[in-house]
Amino acid sequence: MSDKIATRVAYGQALAEIGGNENIIVLDADLSGSTKTDSFKKKYPERHFNMGIAESNMMAVAAGLASCGKTVFASTFAMFAAGRAFDQIRNSIGYPHLNVKIGATHAGITVGEDGASHQAIEDIALMRSIPGMTVVSPADAVSANALVKLAAEMYGPVYLRLGRLDVPVVYDAGTKFEIGKGITLKDGKDFTIIANGFMVHKAMEAAEKLEAEGISARVIDIHTIKPIDTELIIKAASETGAIVTCEEHNVVGGLGSAVAEVLVKNRPVPVEMVGVEDKFGKSGKPAHLVEMYGLTAENIIEKTKKVLDRK
Amino acid sequence: MDAMVKSQLKRISTQIRKDIITAVSSAGSGHPGGSLSVADILTYLYFKEMNIDPQHPKNPDRDRLVLSKGHCTPGLYATLANRGFFPVEDLKTFRQADSYLEGHPNMDKVPGVDMSTGSLGQGISAAVGMALAGKVDRKDYRVFAILGDGELQEGEVWEAAMAAAHYNLDNLTAFVDYNGLQIDGKITDVMNPEPIADKFRSFGWNAIAINGHDFDEIEKAVEQAKSFKGKPTVIVARTVKGKGVSFMENLASWHGSAPKKEQAEQALKELDDYLAGL
Repeated sequence: MSDKIATRVAYGQALAEIGGNENIIVLDADLSGSTKTDSFKKKYPERHFNMGIAESNMMAVAAGLASCGKTVFASTFAMFAAGRAFDQIRNSIGYPHLNVKIGATHAGITVGEDGASHQAIEDIALMRSIPGMTVVSPADAVSANALVKLAAEMYGPVYLRLGRLDVPVVYDAGTKFEIGKGITLKDGKDFTIIANGFMVHKAMEAAEKLEAEGISARVIDIHTIKPIDTELIIKAASETGAIVTCEEHNVVGGLGSAVAEVLVKNRPVPVEMVGVEDKFGKSGKPAHLVEMYGLTAENIIEKTKKVLDRK
Repeated sequence: MDAMVKSQLKRISTQIRKDIITAVSSAGSGHPGGSLSVADILTYLYFKEMNIDPQHPKNPDRDRLVLSKGHCTPGLYATLANRGFFPVEDLKTFRQADSYLEGHPNMDKVPGVDMSTGSLGQGISAAVGMALAGKVDRKDYRVFAILGDGELQEGEVWEAAMAAAHYNLDNLTAFVDYNGLQIDGKITDVMNPEPIADKFRSFGWNAIAINGHDFDEIEKAVEQAKSFKGKPTVIVARTVKGKGVSFMENLASWHGSAPKKEQAEQALKELDDYLAGL
């Protein structure tokens, strides 16, 4: 667990690894060095197309390519994919359910110094509201690599939420993943932390600290927000009786909301949410911003106390 | 063009115009003006030009057409139905909740529709993607896109135009249905997109201006587009909104409103009279 690798790096590596499949086309919008699709470009330049700074066009071009049988990875920052090109993703990709994978890097506030204009904290809310869209937010490089490959193997639109920041590796190499199936990283009986993205690492850190205080936390990685692993979430609610969700996204519409939707319909238990508290990001060092916005083990522990009081 | 062929195309496009009126009046809503203006272009492409097979609408080697001005489904559906992709009778179910004939093109539900469109500006981008796929696969199918002139106000059209020229997509031909009117009035009053051909030329396209109701001119332009190498071609086709129905011609108000029963009967009678004279 000592290595730190950004999930965007794992994205680029995965694309390069599966690029031998001649059906794969990769599009980028003048950010191939940042989205890391340049690793694919080096090996397969004839199937990598730079669409320039025109994300809306890129998404609908991806739809056209996919309509001709291609598996298309369209890559840009999460802000300009889910945000700027929402209409194209919704109407040209989602509505006809075309085989386009949206490689959305630089999601969340850990973008850092570029500030709020480049820090998508709404993308999961936007993407999961599109019928038929699969939404994936990997915790680390190992799961990102595997989930990108699984996305390529399945038919249909997938939103892959990836980060800029180097984050700790949580999973052992060779761990098996399945889109739509959460992973229980640590068993526990007093309550459950449901996290995704780099917050999975923070959740593990919080769980260890709580263990020292005699509180037993279960930790689940819901890397697929849609379709969400309803069964695993209900089981956790039934067996532990309280949930804390953790995400690098607005607490409006993201993982916390998705988990709450499952719980209120099936097994209502107290829920507390750790995430960006409905405000825009800002410039700063990622580590500093993570503290400022409460995306920390300490905040998870605080929310745990609250949720246990409500149990 | 051979006189017999031309006469046949005129008969078909008139039948398509009748079916546009039937579809829109059955639905009680829809877009007759721009469907009537583009009917001759659709007729030429589907009945004379395109390599398509109604029995195999998803053949990967087929020519493709993207109706970027997606609201003109009455025109596209009437053309596809008359070409044999689905029963003409079904046009009467247009826009009904239990029908597959959605208000805007749906590629999953309607045989012969190559791309779901409706949100303006996106269809031309999808056509660029199809043309790019053709280049990657070294296939010789052609991609046609039909844009509205008002649609040119969408910035995405110009993003797509830049991309098509950048990747030398000479297998892509776009038509602009230049009828000069959009919902709120004249395109030049609402937000002037002119000069259209010059704009495309400056974006690296081959541009041809024609009369979009003259089959000889349409044929000549399409042939020129097919032989022009290294650049995509735009055919800026001057058309009349509401063409073929006297009381609809050149009126923006017929952009998105359906004729009442008596008006539909009047329109069908005019078109029948025209057919009788051919």
